[in-house]
Amino acid sequence: MSKTAETAMPILEAKSLGIQFGGLKAVQDFNMAIYRGELVGLIGPNGAGKTTVFNMLTGVYQPTEGSFFLDGEKMNGKKPHQVVEAGIARTFQNIRLFKKLTAAENVKAAMNMHMKYGLFSALFRRKGYWEEEKEIQGKALELLELVRLGDKADVTAENLPYGQQRRLEIARALATGMKVLLLDEPAAGMNPTETAQLLDIIRLIREKLNISVLLIEHDMSLVMKICERIQVIDYGVTIASGTPEEIADNPRVIEAYLGKDEEEEDAC
Amino acid sequence: MPREKKKSYFINFVGVLAVFLLLAALFESNILGSRTNYVKGICTTACYTIIMVASLNLLTGFMGEFSLGHAGFMSVGAYASAIFTGFLPETGIPDFLVFLMALIIGGIAAAVAGVLVGIPALRLRGDYLCIVTVAFAEIIRVAFCNFDITGGGRTLSGIRSLSNFYWCFWVMVVCVALMYMYVRSRFGRTVTAIREDYIAASASGINVTYYKVLTFTFSAFFAGVAGAIYAHYMTAMIPTNFSFMYSSEFLTEVIIGGTGSLTGSVIGAAFLSALPELMRQFSTYRMLMYSVVLILVMIFRPGGIFGTWEFSLARLLKKGPQKKKRTGGVVHE
Amino acid sequence: MALSLFLQSLVNGLNQGAIYALIALGYTMVYGIIRMINFAHGDFIMVGSYTLFYTVPLMINAGMPAFLAVFAAIAVCVAVGVAVEVIAYRPVRNAGSMSALITALAMSVFLENLAMVLFGASPKSIATIFTLPTFQFLGATLQLKYLLTLGIGIAMMIALQLFVKKTRLGKAMRAVPQDKEASVLVGIHVNKIITITFAIGSGLAAVAALMYCATYPRATMDMGSMMGLKAFIAAVLGGIGIIPGAMLGGLVVGLIEIFVKVYIAPGWYEAITYGILIVVLLVKPAGILGKNVGEKV
Repeated sequence: MSKTAETAMPILEAKSLGIQFGGLKAVQDFNMAIYRGELVGLIGPNGAGKTTVFNMLTGVYQPTEGSFFLDGEKMNGKKPHQVVEAGIARTFQNIRLFKKLTAAENVKAAMNMHMKYGLFSALFRRKGYWEEEKEIQGKALELLELVRLGDKADVTAENLPYGQQRRLEIARALATGMKVLLLDEPAAGMNPTETAQLLDIIRLIREKLNISVLLIEHDMSLVMKICERIQVIDYGVTIASGTPEEIADNPRVIEAYLGKDEEEEDAC
Repeated sequence: MPREKKKSYFINFVGVLAVFLLLAALFESNILGSRTNYVKGICTTACYTIIMVASLNLLTGFMGEFSLGHAGFMSVGAYASAIFTGFLPETGIPDFLVFLMALIIGGIAAAVAGVLVGIPALRLRGDYLCIVTVAFAEIIRVAFCNFDITGGGRTLSGIRSLSNFYWCFWVMVVCVALMYMYVRSRFGRTVTAIREDYIAASASGINVTYYKVLTFTFSAFFAGVAGAIYAHYMTAMIPTNFSFMYSSEFLTEVIIGGTGSLTGSVIGAAFLSALPELMRQFSTYRMLMYSVVLILVMIFRPGGIFGTWEFSLARLLKKGPQKKKRTGGVVHE
Repeated sequence: MALSLFLQSLVNGLNQGAIYALIALGYTMVYGIIRMINFAHGDFIMVGSYTLFYTVPLMINAGMPAFLAVFAAIAVCVAVGVAVEVIAYRPVRNAGSMSALITALAMSVFLENLAMVLFGASPKSIATIFTLPTFQFLGATLQLKYLLTLGIGIAMMIALQLFVKKTRLGKAMRAVPQDKEASVLVGIHVNKIITITFAIGSGLAAVAALMYCATYPRATMDMGSMMGLKAFIAAVLGGIGIIPGAMLGGLVVGLIEIFVKVYIAPGWYEAITYGILIVVLLVKPAGILGKNVGEKV
């Protein structure tokens, strides 16, 4: 944790967040604070509740306990699109692009909430329409450039290779103009070259846009490489948090996650 | 407006004008003799059918939801406008103005119905939404069968005959152009995104319900306009005209033309309005053939004849054989 | 007087409902397996009724009970249903729900117009099928054949439910909508299962036709579409894909129709049925007995 961050207010803060499905407590007492510009990793074995945390933080699920705040503003009860408007955007574990739209259109769709021209301007092609469409076309190209898809603007999303689709999803999330970016297993299914490229892009985004990133990953080595802080959950409960070095040495983490001895397998 | 867009709009407008002048010459020169009025009638039918099919395509092709109740909105527009012109005393208002007012009132009435139906119905998707649109259309039909002002289940006749072909043609052109502008704007982009993946759309800050209801309402407005033309062309109507089967006819025309292609809707609707008349001598077999063709299209071209292809005269002139759209060029290129 | 009217409405409503339920069972079977609204299902009733129009007199002339004609109707309906599935539905199965829906609509139009070409536009009267006694009960006329309709409906529902839950074939049927690829992997012939589903659904339509014709002895080309729509609504109301839901939905729709007609506003009964459907779907989007399953993110 950086020294300045301790005194400042966290940009995203979860306070004893929890959710129940029927009788099952999927996540309980989840606490987390992310400060401006930080890159935090959330790890845990499969089924530990990572994506459930994301779904709560993005308004897809409503937490049954606790609350979470963006810049001090309470986010509970907001619908997904309102959460995005407030400044939390995400990508999906199983890529969810607008498949039949071009890369540029995908990005532009995410800028819609900031666009001002109304129905009347659109129908009668008034000045506002042309100006704004031109402006966002430029912005979309910039973002595509940032994720190294500058030459793919007019390619239909479904025709992009897998790694590029993942990057396009990041560009689309960035287009919302968010403060906190949640990445759900961005490297899943990527080969080592694609993963290396992705890491570069994530670093670049942080430097250029000065945003905070929360990253879910179950590939520990990747998280160790880029995250400043890591939080580990298992069975919906936080079992450790700290710097990558601290996590790597934590016996509970090793037991629950890294350790693959027979006992653990039986427990599963 | 960028210069080249201006040019492309102009070229497409000239194309539409040429079609109009051709038809006008055909009717005025009396080449068709005694059949002139008959053919004119078919063309007028084609005009409101095109508006219906294109507006339904907004929902089916661009928003990706079926509605099997579009004739319901048409009937709202038809009755609202007919009641309006019925109450309007025979003052000195020129017919054309009365006609325009009737269209707008028909459109607004249908749009209001669209909001009322859309807000609850659009919480559902897919087959369930489809069924709920049928249910709403049936409720509208039953209501019109019971209200005195709509004829109380009997034919409402004596509606002023205002829908002449020349006016209807331009109304159709304007309607299709407006729908095209809608599709090629941030609104169209947003609903297409919702069609592709509504979860990702809401995760991109899109208020899914709002844009769905907006598009539904927009579409209903044009169905209402088409209804107003219908009422003032037929001059008599009964609520059962706007049945489930009529709605499904529109939907099949959308699908045959191509979901996501307004060109397909225009050509499909025009062709299919003429078809029954062309096949008059085989009238018993007409619907049989129609359904066989439909099944064959579904098996061999499930995306419809035109797919998502749009025609643009401007592009055609520039690059030789490519795509076209009746009015307006392709904006996002 | 009031009581007898109430009883009479109840009996009529249950009869009407049982007919809807029989049709709804067919919709639910097909939807449950391939997630497709088979709009032509209502027209299978029409096919069954025309078959009865021709076969009932044959049975009577041969000195056999008229209701045995239903076996001929079942045979014809199964043949038509399977043909429709194999020729029209199978090729579009992977082309998306929109194509499937349109094909089903087209099939419905086709069957109706084929009937018009073959049998003409005028209705055909069907000879009396059941000569069963009627009872007077508290001033209401209780027809035994009404009870029979209800009984057949419930028996069909139980048989189908047992079939789907207990037999190997039934289990395979339930597996197909869960995961087509996985079903293939465990050795289920998906196409065969779907064809069998259609055969069962169409056979049910023939039985429904028999009971319908026992109450309303007329066959017309368009009898299937309106009735089919209402039966489908009944299936959705009860929870489509759920066999007891179809029965429940059918009875609810039948009772609502008759009671609204008698007690509230005769002109509005359809609107009220549809209104209730809308309300139910908005409160419980999967129908009365359905389970709400949200999409996984």
